[in-house]
Amino acid sequence: MNFLGKLSWDAVPLHEPIIMGTSAVVVLAIVFILGWIVLKGYLPYLWREWITSVDHKRIGVMYIVLALLMLLRGFADGIMMRSQQAVAAGGAQGYLPPEHFDQIFSAHGTIMIFFVAMPLVIGLMNFAVPLQLGVRDVAFPTLNSVSFWLTASGVLLTNISLAVGEFSKAGWVAYPPLSGLQFSPGVGVDYYLWALQISGIGTLLSGINFVTTILKMRAPGMGLMHMPVFCWTALASNLLIVAAFPVLTVTFAMLLLDRYLDFHFFTIDAGGNPMMYVNLFWVWGHPEVYILVLPAFGIYSEVSATFSGKPLFGYRSMVAATMTISILAYTVWLHHFFTMGASANINAFFGVMSMIIAVPTGVKIFNWLFTMYGGRVRFTVPVLWTIGFMVTFVLGGLTGVLLAVPPIDFQMHNSLFLVAHFHHVIIPGVVFGAFAGYHYWFPKAFGFTLDERWGRRSFWCWFIGFHLAFMPLYVVGLMGMTRRMQHYDNLDWQPWLMVAGIGAVVILAGIVCQVVQLVVSIRDREQNRDLTGDPWNGRTLEWSTASPPPAWNFAVLPYAAETDTFWNRKQRARGKRDERAQEREYDPIEMPKNSPTGFVTAFFAVVTGFALIWHIWWMAGLGAFGALVTFLVFAFRHEDEIEIPAEQIARFDRAHPVGVVI
Amino acid sequence: MTEAQYGRAPGDNSSDPVEAWEPSGLLVYTIGLLLAVLLTTTSFWVANTSLLWAPGIALGLAVLAIAQMGVHLVFFLHITTGPDNTNNVLALAFGVLIVFLVIAGSLWIMADLNEMMPPAELMDLHMQH
Repeated sequence: MNFLGKLSWDAVPLHEPIIMGTSAVVVLAIVFILGWIVLKGYLPYLWREWITSVDHKRIGVMYIVLALLMLLRGFADGIMMRSQQAVAAGGAQGYLPPEHFDQIFSAHGTIMIFFVAMPLVIGLMNFAVPLQLGVRDVAFPTLNSVSFWLTASGVLLTNISLAVGEFSKAGWVAYPPLSGLQFSPGVGVDYYLWALQISGIGTLLSGINFVTTILKMRAPGMGLMHMPVFCWTALASNLLIVAAFPVLTVTFAMLLLDRYLDFHFFTIDAGGNPMMYVNLFWVWGHPEVYILVLPAFGIYSEVSATFSGKPLFGYRSMVAATMTISILAYTVWLHHFFTMGASANINAFFGVMSMIIAVPTGVKIFNWLFTMYGGRVRFTVPVLWTIGFMVTFVLGGLTGVLLAVPPIDFQMHNSLFLVAHFHHVIIPGVVFGAFAGYHYWFPKAFGFTLDERWGRRSFWCWFIGFHLAFMPLYVVGLMGMTRRMQHYDNLDWQPWLMVAGIGAVVILAGIVCQVVQLVVSIRDREQNRDLTGDPWNGRTLEWSTASPPPAWNFAVLPYAAETDTFWNRKQRARGKRDERAQEREYDPIEMPKNSPTGFVTAFFAVVTGFALIWHIWWMAGLGAFGALVTFLVFAFRHEDEIEIPAEQIARFDRAHPVGVVI
Repeated sequence: MTEAQYGRAPGDNSSDPVEAWEPSGLLVYTIGLLLAVLLTTTSFWVANTSLLWAPGIALGLAVLAIAQMGVHLVFFLHITTGPDNTNNVLALAFGVLIVFLVIAGSLWIMADLNEMMPPAELMDLHMQH
């Protein structure tokens, strides 16, 4: 047996200039950034304040940084596909060979769902939920850090596959038999599976953490029906995570057993059934859609209420719609495989359920519209994203209702019409929402607002670019073009795909605007300081503390026995300074101590994952043992909290006076 | 009493007048263990006895199994009807509902697919093409 398993120099694709060029640039960039950090002496700061931090705000920010970096990677994959399809018509073969194109669309889907959308929403929940609940951290702070670093491990493994070996060529869903050992003997599917297993555990831990936080740790007086809607949607989303992610983990474990230990869960011979994989994958996959979109709905609710200066219209119906969606999410999964050959009864049942689940979503749309109606709407960037979302998402949702009709689905299945549909709901539904949340909570996280002008430019580029890129896909889909084509012969499709390619370039301009926005905002941060802690005239508790909030969030836990407590308190104070702020008394606060557990666990997880992918068994054992020892060291720790003295809290509060005290 | 309908918020324990009497942990677990052992031994006895009508044995075992679940939930997982237990009960109900939907749905779908599958001879004909 080989000492390094299947790993050898052949694994590095030296003959592929595109891959080697990209890898070289990425490696150089990482070396450069690390070198800069070390030379400038930032390493101890980074280690102390970020890597080992268990502060939910820091972890949230790291999630979002990770997601935005991966957005660049996923978008690069996307624009490569669009440019390939814009040119590879008729006799032309384009610039991407089929085996590379297959890896690109697999990586694009995997990265966008698991490493962009998921970290974006989990990051925003991390940052905002404890602040909105008026508490000092999540229920299990160290576990939260472990979750983040396990997600980062999955990201790292996926990106290692770029330079060492290959990524999966079986699409982001990895259906057997294609993803089985017989048709995918390489390491690509193993990269996919282990990266997602490791990050999936992180996500599951996040889910448990947030359900516990929301149900058990609200501010004094805050009943469930007093929570901001974002906390409700976060609760629903995390309940879905807790119920759905184990299904994915088990399904992938079965596929791994097939691939590693010659099991036959999903093979045709020896009594297995690949259709079971498809079924189980979508038992996770459809709730996953709502895991992503519900927190974004929460953000839209917060944004539309705040910037209209009105309470959210129909708070109770919003809560009811959210919870209804989280149950109905488990009754529609078959619509992802109508064509697999089920009888009419089953297809009809799941088709009808798929149409029914559009109803609570429609309720939400009307709630947002009525929230804005009659309000004095301030057209800030988050509002632009919200309105852009509503306009776009309704259309995308309608094509979804269309696809929920089984006979129509039989025509559209696997075509670019479908690709256009799910981008049409996920991009406005999740990405626009995350961008709205990013702009909305940025001043809370860093103490200065983002530049509005570049934000508007970015929005318009994204909005127009999105329509240019995806509307033509509906058309070619109706013309019969199937998804995932490296090359096609029908020249009628080409003009449409060229327009789609131009759309991708416009989206690129939107991303560039966002980068410029960040740079400009950091440059002008002194002009845009948020000194009050409440830059948007907000309604919920996160705006009642300083920006950025201290590690302990609230010097005194707020009492919040109504919805929009902060807003109501401001109304009662009528702009006068709250006298009680001066005579406040402070108690020392116990805060969780920093811990390198998450980082070390993730290090061993990467070692284990890499070893398993390449069949380096001794290394896998070593990695698993290391992770176990890390856990034991953490479990036997002597002290896990530090006490922040009352004087320090008082000093901070005097330096950062806020408008009203709750 | 408008607050009551929202349930109690964490840290909001002023409205609760009396701490209800609670049996000690050891007692609860001991009773639970005894009941669980009793139910387990009964099911072994049911499976082997000839005193019962044979077709009824399966039903009896099912009843005992469900009772066993109840014992575990009440004595070990502390699912009660107390006012502070709403979260646990709801979480359990949610879990049971989802497990039911997933398992029943999967069985329904997979059984149907199996039925719709062309017979093996036909499949072989297809393979020869």
